Amino acid sequence: MQRINRYEQVVGKSKVDELKMLAGYLEGKVIQHINSTSTGGGVAEILSKIAPLMQELGVNTQWDVIKGTPDFFDVTKSIHNALHGKEAIITSEMWDVFNDVSSMNIREMNLYGDIMFIHDPQPIALIKRRSRMKNSKWIWRCHVDVSAPDKDVWGFLEKFVNKYDAAVFSSAHFAHKMKARQVLISPSIDPFSDKNRELTQKEIDVVLNKYKLDPQRKPLICQISRYDALKDPVGVIEAYKLVKKYVDCQLLLVGNRATDDPEGDKIYKQVLEAKGDDPDITALMVEDIPSEINAFQRVSDVIVQKSIREGFALTVSEALWKGKPVVASNVGGIPLQVKHKYSGMLCHTIEGAAFSIKQLLNAPEYARRLGENGREHIRQNFLLTRHIKEYMLLFLSLYSDKDVVTL
Amino acid sequence: MNENIDKSFRFSTRLHLRVLTGLRASNIEELLELIKKVPGSSIYYHTHHFLQQHKYLSPEPPNDFAHWITRALNEDVLGEKIASIDTIKFATIRDLRNEIIRTIEGCIKENPRIKLRFASPDKVFHFIKSTSFILPTNYVARNLQDFLEILKKITPDAIYFHMFEARLRLDMETNDFSFWLGTSLFEVELAEKLASLDPYTYAMEDLRKRIIEIVEKRLKNAKN
Repeated sequence: MQRINRYEQVVGKSKVDELKMLAGYLEGKVIQHINSTSTGGGVAEILSKIAPLMQELGVNTQWDVIKGTPDFFDVTKSIHNALHGKEAIITSEMWDVFNDVSSMNIREMNLYGDIMFIHDPQPIALIKRRSRMKNSKWIWRCHVDVSAPDKDVWGFLEKFVNKYDAAVFSSAHFAHKMKARQVLISPSIDPFSDKNRELTQKEIDVVLNKYKLDPQRKPLICQISRYDALKDPVGVIEAYKLVKKYVDCQLLLVGNRATDDPEGDKIYKQVLEAKGDDPDITALMVEDIPSEINAFQRVSDVIVQKSIREGFALTVSEALWKGKPVVASNVGGIPLQVKHKYSGMLCHTIEGAAFSIKQLLNAPEYARRLGENGREHIRQNFLLTRHIKEYMLLFLSLYSDKDVVTL
Repeated sequence: MNENIDKSFRFSTRLHLRVLTGLRASNIEELLELIKKVPGSSIYYHTHHFLQQHKYLSPEPPNDFAHWITRALNEDVLGEKIASIDTIKFATIRDLRNEIIRTIEGCIKENPRIKLRFASPDKVFHFIKSTSFILPTNYVARNLQDFLEILKKITPDAIYFHMFEARLRLDMETNDFSFWLGTSLFEVELAEKLASLDPYTYAMEDLRKRIIEIVEKRLKNAKN
């Protein structure tokens, strides 16, 4: 059976038929995705899912990777930080490294797509090849939060972006006034990935035993996020303590330490201090094993995402997809996913989070309904099939400048 | 067209791609000015997308302008006035746009204090427009029974297209289903029943159920 057909059981046959029909309109076009790495990171993960499915649908989809030196990737890491609004110094020598490696890729890479789909800043300069590829269309996909970028760095990149036919962002907040057409496409989750697929009780038990967790003992509140001040894990502990006064519950914090984040250890230490000797708080620093994250989410009674800043927060999509009641901050992409009191609860403060958690623990039927709505909302808007559909619409839009296109 | 010579009805669907305009407003005057000048596809997006994105959640379709005025500017009265604009009354986006402008201008005149309200930086209003793709599906109804069976399985987008957009597209006071039922199957009463639904007051799946109920009832009566 084709893998794409599996999605019929999740989104319905009519939606998968729609994808097949759209694919038909792209017959004969070659889509070439280019990013900076074939493994590791969110971009590679999503491409490794999208590319084979689109290929199966009949859209000739290829994926290639630029070459880079360690120096080059140091520079692009600084560019990434600067786009996030973090302080980053990029010297003229560093720009030289970026330009030299870009020139090498422009010279040596085999570029052949009718539609060139370039991901993130690392390969952005490939657009210089455009003049030698008649009739090609170029898309730049920005996976980074560029709502408040360093002006100089953005200014440097914008010169390239404006040569593209379209730029794709994950949030309306990332839009800029620019020449290139800007398209909004949200990220997605794959219901069949290890992080989201159904688990057997046996698989769940293995994880519970490994970490000595017992969700039956007391209602379980959980936040899964790296140990980062912007995810406010200490705030989650404070909210738990407010809830605990009225409802006997337990808290599970799960995070991995990003290798490029020196702050992680410091925040984890703060978490352990805030935990003190409370036996009902478990704070795990773990490897990012998708099936384990899946199990943690499935055994939780309430899932919290009390971030101070967020990109899109796919952890919220994952929790909602599992039908879990969610309490999450009203930041970044979270309000797109959580409609207050319909598909979860939004909060702004520790007290607000505690109030909502308490409410959900005390009203399991209400919590169940929110979870059900949340799952439906994700099914309709944030699954991989919607993502593929929007990518195909994006490709088709490159060949028309009208607001209404009749296919 | 949905009709062809054999009088069958081919279901179509409309898919949307969201395009960012880069235009943003942080107070009511900026919002008003931009509502006056953005393309119709942006007014369409901000008054209709909620229905499609939250078709399973809410039977109330507050438009984005109303939502923002209430939530970001804390102007409940104006927000309520914009939310309660009877969208179905307007046959064109131009008319709907004018009504929104008229309502906001009226409120500013009555209560100039509104102009002093500003949205916080994280709550500015971003104008989005929609590029729409209309494509035929493989579903074709030749009679009322076919119509009923297809209604049960087509995507909500297809129902949306025929129920909501037909009026805006065809500039007439009915929807595609009613038009076909009345003119091809001569099911005039059934056509009128569907035409009298206000689709804006239903969640999409509830709307589907309601249409199915009406058609099933008609089929049952026909058998008796």
